[in-house]
Amino acid sequence: MNGFMNVVNFLVQQMWFFSIPLLIVALGGMFSERGGVVNIALEGIMVVGAFASILLINRLQDRMSGQALLLLALGAAAFAGMLFSWLHAFAAIRLRSDQTISGTALNMAAPAAAIYIARTFQPNHVQQIAFRNTFRIFSVPVLGDIPIVGPLLFRNTYITTFIGLAILAVSAFVLNKTKFGLRLRACGEHPQAADSVGVNVYKIRYAGVLISGALAGMGGLIFVIPTSTDFNATVAGYGFLALAVLIFGQWKPLRVFLAALFFGLMKTIASAYSGIPGLKDLPIPSDIYKMIPYITTLAVLAFTSKNSQAPRASGVPYDQGSR
Amino acid sequence: MRLIRRALSARGFASALSSVTAIMVGLLVGFIILLVSNPRQAVAGLSIIASGGFTGGMKGVGQVLYYATPLILTGLSVGFAFRTGLFNIGAPGQLIVGAFAGIWTATNCQWVPQPMLWLFCLVAAMLAGALWGAIPGLFKALLNVHEVIACIMCNYIGMYLVNYLIKNTNAYDSLKNQTVDVTKAAIPRWGLDNIFYSLKGRYHDVSSVNGGILIALVLAAIIYVILNKTVFGYELKACGFNRNASRYAGIKEKRGVMLSLIIAGALSGVAGGLMYLAPAGGLHINVVEVLSTQGFNGIPVALLGMSNPIGIIFAGIFVAYIGQGGYYLQRMEYMPEVIDIIIAAIIYFSAFALLMRQGFDSLARRLGKDGQR
Repeated sequence: MNGFMNVVNFLVQQMWFFSIPLLIVALGGMFSERGGVVNIALEGIMVVGAFASILLINRLQDRMSGQALLLLALGAAAFAGMLFSWLHAFAAIRLRSDQTISGTALNMAAPAAAIYIARTFQPNHVQQIAFRNTFRIFSVPVLGDIPIVGPLLFRNTYITTFIGLAILAVSAFVLNKTKFGLRLRACGEHPQAADSVGVNVYKIRYAGVLISGALAGMGGLIFVIPTSTDFNATVAGYGFLALAVLIFGQWKPLRVFLAALFFGLMKTIASAYSGIPGLKDLPIPSDIYKMIPYITTLAVLAFTSKNSQAPRASGVPYDQGSR
Repeated sequence: MRLIRRALSARGFASALSSVTAIMVGLLVGFIILLVSNPRQAVAGLSIIASGGFTGGMKGVGQVLYYATPLILTGLSVGFAFRTGLFNIGAPGQLIVGAFAGIWTATNCQWVPQPMLWLFCLVAAMLAGALWGAIPGLFKALLNVHEVIACIMCNYIGMYLVNYLIKNTNAYDSLKNQTVDVTKAAIPRWGLDNIFYSLKGRYHDVSSVNGGILIALVLAAIIYVILNKTVFGYELKACGFNRNASRYAGIKEKRGVMLSLIIAGALSGVAGGLMYLAPAGGLHINVVEVLSTQGFNGIPVALLGMSNPIGIIFAGIFVAYIGQGGYYLQRMEYMPEVIDIIIAAIIYFSAFALLMRQGFDSLARRLGKDGQR
């Protein structure tokens, strides 16, 4: 029994490392798309956020460490992501250009810029930016000692896990219960109608894209911290996976959360199957396990996609003159 | 005056002009980056970028065509799906699956007479790519699964599947952790090596270009004909403009969605075949867990070429050309990644094309009024 609980604890702790970045980035995508702007630049924004914040950690880690540094880096990641996403917002909203095009451009520019800057300014033209991981929380005081829940949620964790869950709660509230959320959704469903009652569609859409930039930027940092000791100008396709989680979650906060948990769990099984009794002894090679998250996602989507709830005006530039 | 007016209002001219402007602005961005990182060599660096493949003489030109080959095909793949209103982000998966099918066929179908083996393998690559495109096609048409997410999933499934298959078939070279070399299925050079070489003394320093570029050009022509001269192509484009209206007009749009992604997949599959069966490419696949860059770069190529097969040929060659410039740029203390930033900037500014075209239209209209007066 004890051994079994150890395995479950281990799996759940690992799952958060995969699920939380997906959750945050997908929520970011949600704000952009519910406002009517398709954001396939999430991948690039994650790279920029991770790059800026890991660089900050790299420079400050001799003077600071622990949670204060991580929080500072999170702020930097959010700021960098927001700044970068402004490029997408400007092209997609102000210039009414094709949103796939500017998103692709950003995805291409981000890793190239990260490598270029790192190699130009680091000694020996190294493109990896190393950092010391001083952020892991072995056990949250008091909460970590709660039976069952303690090990699952509050041990071997990062402060970012709780920030991610808080962002989920705030996002759900903002989207569904506030004036801004209602206006955002209106701009994504029927911008002409929103405009006719005096909502500034351009401003609201800008806000949606910039929020997505801030969240995706943080997501980049949150993805890199637990899974690596250096940043190599990539987030391993997590931006695209977050896009998948967003569609999987039907553009709704709670369903996005469940989708992120599901995908994170599958990913955990795929990467840690050798530590799971029963799976370890099966004659299944690792490459097959690695396919599982993607195959199961496709299978689940096949059953749940019949009625897609995509925002109706998503991807369509708004032109006030053609109202 | 009338000539200027006519020229300005011609669509082709306007889009060509906006593309050229986008390229200029992209190069300007690149120049600024060079200027910031090392002011003394910036001008020389820019001229190396601008002279691209020509820096290496005829060999350089050959290298440009060699690198352009898969880009043209993945560009066609993405562009073809674009015309049907679908975003094929699955080119990396289709490419690697096609490549493996080609290599596997080369190892296992030795009974095919050798002069035809490469063609046989290429067809296998095409079919495998088509199969990999058919999956998102089916999911989209029958189950309403968003093609972007299905394509992303298929990319990863394809990558891990190919790694698994490499390790578990007779095409595996376990010492090097790659497939065996398939020298017998190498794509013929068709004399291109006698055109694209540089002289080093009396020694011919030949480039890597091979018959693949000609195959890519032929396929681009075929896609052009399908899109512009056939009923089938017309129906596909109609679906791209408005799916509901096409269905109302009696077009089987579900069949269109499926066929569009199947054809797109086939094109990416050929790209994989041509890449890995190229004599200079080593004729094997390494076991890596990275999605193919050439697959993703089909997206910028298709966008630069405005989803037009002829435009895509030029866009593919341009991206390879400027990439080759980046290669020569390393002689100075610049990092070649500046090229990717330039291409990204070009794509970003080409998104402004619409705005510029409107500007030209209103300019033409104003000139028109002057003429009447």
